[in-house]
Amino acid sequence: MWTYAGRRLLLAIPTLLGASIIVFAMVHLAPGDPIAAVMPAESSKAEIEATKKAYGFDKPLPVQYLVWLGRVAQGDLGRSIATRRAVILDVRDALANSLILAVSSSLLAFGLGTALGLLAAFRQGRWLDKLASGIAVIGVSVPHYWAGIILIIIFSVQLNWLPAMGAADGGGPLAYLRHMTLPTVALALIPLGVITRVVRSAALDVLSQEFVLALRAKGLAARRVFRHVVKNAAPQIFTVLGLQFGFQLGGSVLVEAVFSWPGTGYLLNLAIFQRDIPVLQGVILVLATFFVLLNLAVDLLQTLVDPRIARH
Amino acid sequence: MALVTALPQDTEPVAQAPISYWRAVGWRLARDPATLVAGSVLLIIVLSALLAPWLAPYDPSAGSIRLRLAPVGAPGHALGTDEQGRDMLSRLLWGGRMTLVAGLAPVLVALALGTALGVLAGYVGGLTNTLVMRTMDVFYAFPAVLLAIAISGALGPGLPNTLLALSIVFVPRVVRVAESATVQVKGLEYIAAARASGAGVLPIMRHHLLANVLGPILVFASTQVSLCIILAAGLSFLGLGVTPPAAEWGLMLNTLRQSIYVNAIVPALPGLAIFITSMAFNLLSDGLRDAMEIRA
Repeated sequence: MWTYAGRRLLLAIPTLLGASIIVFAMVHLAPGDPIAAVMPAESSKAEIEATKKAYGFDKPLPVQYLVWLGRVAQGDLGRSIATRRAVILDVRDALANSLILAVSSSLLAFGLGTALGLLAAFRQGRWLDKLASGIAVIGVSVPHYWAGIILIIIFSVQLNWLPAMGAADGGGPLAYLRHMTLPTVALALIPLGVITRVVRSAALDVLSQEFVLALRAKGLAARRVFRHVVKNAAPQIFTVLGLQFGFQLGGSVLVEAVFSWPGTGYLLNLAIFQRDIPVLQGVILVLATFFVLLNLAVDLLQTLVDPRIARH
Repeated sequence: MALVTALPQDTEPVAQAPISYWRAVGWRLARDPATLVAGSVLLIIVLSALLAPWLAPYDPSAGSIRLRLAPVGAPGHALGTDEQGRDMLSRLLWGGRMTLVAGLAPVLVALALGTALGVLAGYVGGLTNTLVMRTMDVFYAFPAVLLAIAISGALGPGLPNTLLALSIVFVPRVVRVAESATVQVKGLEYIAAARASGAGVLPIMRHHLLANVLGPILVFASTQVSLCIILAAGLSFLGLGVTPPAAEWGLMLNTLRQSIYVNAIVPALPGLAIFITSMAFNLLSDGLRDAMEIRA
């Protein structure tokens, strides 16, 4: 168990370093000179050279990368070109908003998806199963940004029940809750579909095993059999929940854009259109680190629940 | 002997050859109602995109300001008009072309490149495997949506950049599936037999491995098409993909977003088109997986 955990931890390090290289390379992927974006058009050649030196752009790329990585490791993600604010502050505020949305939508999807998936498995082939499968297909097929717009059309424009934009800064917790309702629902659709599918097939897997037949044969009440099935399917269900939670964090960009929700996705969107590369890099690096650590945690928890995995 | 006598005595021996695997798959597909419906819907969508120049009643980029946001069923405009007075039906027909290209091309690229890399890494193993697979792991450090947006955000808008960004998203996924399928098949005895009879690495990969790993890879790739369509349209929706005034479903959804307060139905239509297309691809890939008897 511990050797496996250690190996898995060590494997995460090169992955994170690789991710940081990709994020670093984004500056050079972007068309145009990164210096040109921050300098006024009438700057002299000497001024441009001086700025280049100040930013460290005159050094070879590997050196630039190491210097950048060293600063990142100390929590310095540079300054926004547009606002001159430290990127880490912007990202921190936005991350809090995104995390709240990711948690609420994951909980909604997990609760509904588990219930639907289990019901479908125990009623295999019946109308409830078909309904659950239908919901699952719709969940994974629907463009969630469009679902967000539809929710706004119905609940904000037509019914006027819920706000469509922003997070109600300074409006109190109730206003915040009202603002996060629609984005939460829109964001829950994809994981709802995925979780319903996985729970259904995991429960069906367990149901087809002989011990369930034995439990039934010895006359165990249906409710007790159900508990056995849920317990045996649980590791798979929690794995998919953990992975989906990670996707929620990075996947909320489009939904945040629809609802102008001030999270990381919205910040990223803004950075892209202002060509604010430091913010772009900062957001992506923080989200990727979060994602890798989360996947690591899911893996480790999984081996804790089911020690057979570590032996593979 | 005991086995033979256990059989009913009056059965005729089966004389005909067993039908081929692919014919059996086709036969099963043709009998599945969900696949048939999804396939027909998809056929209509593809045909109407291909035939857009002949089917569209109007020029998709010509509009009149006086005819802005006409409702569905307006005279002369069956599906209404958009915020610039352009005919929605014509734009939806033309828009399907871009969305389909941006949704299918990256998956095809990933299928070709990912299969090659994955089979190579899986079969050769050793350092090659470590190098290829660890590189792919790096791309797994990003959720798909984030990676697509990050790359095309850095590259800037335009269809070629979208295609590149989405290909980068999907190649590592196919590599993983191809590699694990190859490792599984590699251990089977017939590969050892082929090697023992003197077959080289490339012929073994081409004739013996590929034929047996292509099924699962194909099924996996087919599941990715709907995601790719949603992402491609999503990039255009953010303003990162196809640039105006071109008609593309995601971009149309973006420009019509401000109009939901005036007209509730017309702005929802491009998204509905994305939804129906992605659902048809999903149902089709479900049917394909069942028909090929592959567990995913």
